Amino acid sequence: MKDNEIITLEFEKTIAEVEEKIKRLKQVEAGEGIDIGSEVDRLQQKSQRLLKQLYTKLSPWQKSQVARHPNRPHCLDYINGLIDDFEPLCGDRAFADDMAMVGGIGSFRGQSVVVIGQEKGCDLESRVKYNFGMAKPEGYRKAQRLMDLADKFKLPVIAFVDTSGAFPGIEAEERGQAQAIASSIERCLNLKVPFVSIIVGEGGSGGAIAIATANRILMLEHSIYSVISPEGCASILWRSAEKVKEATEALCLTAQDLRRLGVIDEIIAEPLGGAQRDHNEIILRVGDVIARHLKELSVHTGEELKRRRTDKFLKMGRHLAKPE
Amino acid sequence: MNWIADFVRPKIKKATSKEIAENLWTKCPECGQMLFNKELEKDAYLCSYCGHHLRLPLKNRFEMLFDDGKYKQLALPKLVDDPLSFKDSKKYSDRLKAYRRLTKNDDAIMVACGNIGKIKTVVAALDFTFMGGSMGTAVGEGIVKAVDFAIKTTSPLVIISASGGARMQEGILSLMQMARTTAAINLLKEKNIPYISIMTDPTTGGVSASFAMLGDIHMAEKGCIIGFAGARVIEQTIRETLPEGFQKAEYLREHGMVDIVFERTEMKNKLVKILKLLLNKKD
Repeated sequence: MKDNEIITLEFEKTIAEVEEKIKRLKQVEAGEGIDIGSEVDRLQQKSQRLLKQLYTKLSPWQKSQVARHPNRPHCLDYINGLIDDFEPLCGDRAFADDMAMVGGIGSFRGQSVVVIGQEKGCDLESRVKYNFGMAKPEGYRKAQRLMDLADKFKLPVIAFVDTSGAFPGIEAEERGQAQAIASSIERCLNLKVPFVSIIVGEGGSGGAIAIATANRILMLEHSIYSVISPEGCASILWRSAEKVKEATEALCLTAQDLRRLGVIDEIIAEPLGGAQRDHNEIILRVGDVIARHLKELSVHTGEELKRRRTDKFLKMGRHLAKPE
Repeated sequence: MNWIADFVRPKIKKATSKEIAENLWTKCPECGQMLFNKELEKDAYLCSYCGHHLRLPLKNRFEMLFDDGKYKQLALPKLVDDPLSFKDSKKYSDRLKAYRRLTKNDDAIMVACGNIGKIKTVVAALDFTFMGGSMGTAVGEGIVKAVDFAIKTTSPLVIISASGGARMQEGILSLMQMARTTAAINLLKEKNIPYISIMTDPTTGGVSASFAMLGDIHMAEKGCIIGFAGARVIEQTIRETLPEGFQKAEYLREHGMVDIVFERTEMKNKLVKILKLLLNKKD
């Protein structure tokens, strides 16, 4: 992805201005053959410096915006970049194929794997196609069916989590959204193969944990994972949509918060200025980290993997020391 | 200090007398009739006009369920309060204190053990009056302990849900309780010990999307609300009015999510019948 295609977030305005200047100077340079390379260099250094300043101190609310950035690599980008011979598999064998829940088999660095994940889409058309990454019960049942497959053929499972939440709608309730999520969590816990889950953007509540009850839970540096959306929390607890920043801070939903709280295992550093600025780099890093965790997990038997996962979650949130 | 005491005392008296007056009657949310509280308690919190099932206090439900109303409450380990130091318009720690005073319970769960139809049974029940029965680490702990005890004593487990979902004030840790309680229920299932999930008004969000929907048998109290997303959220998302009876117990049965919809008066008999059949016990 080219720099100039990236949508600018509100808090990135100063950087966008510098980048705009660089772009214009480059056009002048190309058009009139004047050498202004030193000025371009200076501005580029400035933009890097500003990015670094900004991105090392992102507030939780800013991180939430980065996590939901439309140009961020999504589930299918990771699959395309990391999984060879990917064959998408369709349907829950009961009702329908849920496009929001992508899944299939493929080869990850020479090892056959089962991949599942929510796809948000990258433009209006694909967003509608993937229902904005909000899965319905058939999506969670499709995930379970694929986990059955993984167990049967002893294939590790990789999940890319990126959803604002499970779809709230009449038909989703009719077909048992609650039961579908509950049984998906149960299915995760019963897996007898290595299972690594990565929150690549937004980990929205029950819809996320349904495929994130894994042996290893990893988060990208600027991703979020929360029990409720900041907007939902602000409207319920503060009764005001304007309090969204306060709600975001109170919820402790950043990767750094979750690591401190002992919920996740590792944070994957993003390229300067966020994953949206360098798809190839972040996809490569994510691949390396997944490979390392899968290797570590591969020494355990299926029973051990299941027991370790169960023990891990039985302890979640227990005997927790107070954060400062 | 005398003048302070004199000044404060009348205020307290006033509040108490007002409270009693307010607590004499309850309005039926279904038909709007005023119900005399003493009668209501005698009638198991059923409306004497329309039969509507009002929310039943935990103690009353335990007394209805256990033989001769006798049960032993299990002490639960105390966890760190307010792990995120959460504050909205009020501090979460202050909210906890207020609800503890109100309910005389430490959190939104009670676990008890006793005989139900002469079968030793462990019952965990969520208390809607404690922060909407929301599930945080303490409720998760209660479910885990209830499962432990059921396994240790090889007794069937009954969980009575009444909850709006996960407790927002505990953030991600409350979300984790969905996986934690599911992991506990899994241990019980491995031992082939019966787990009956009884859903009461309301059973929604993170509670319905975890242990409540993982029972061997699902029982739901007549007319109660069961669902994943709240009706208001759904209406806002799809901008359509919801169908009649949406997310009611009967609707859930119709859609294959609940086995039995029961009237409160037959709750115990139904439960005993199921436990006896599952355990192949004769009278």
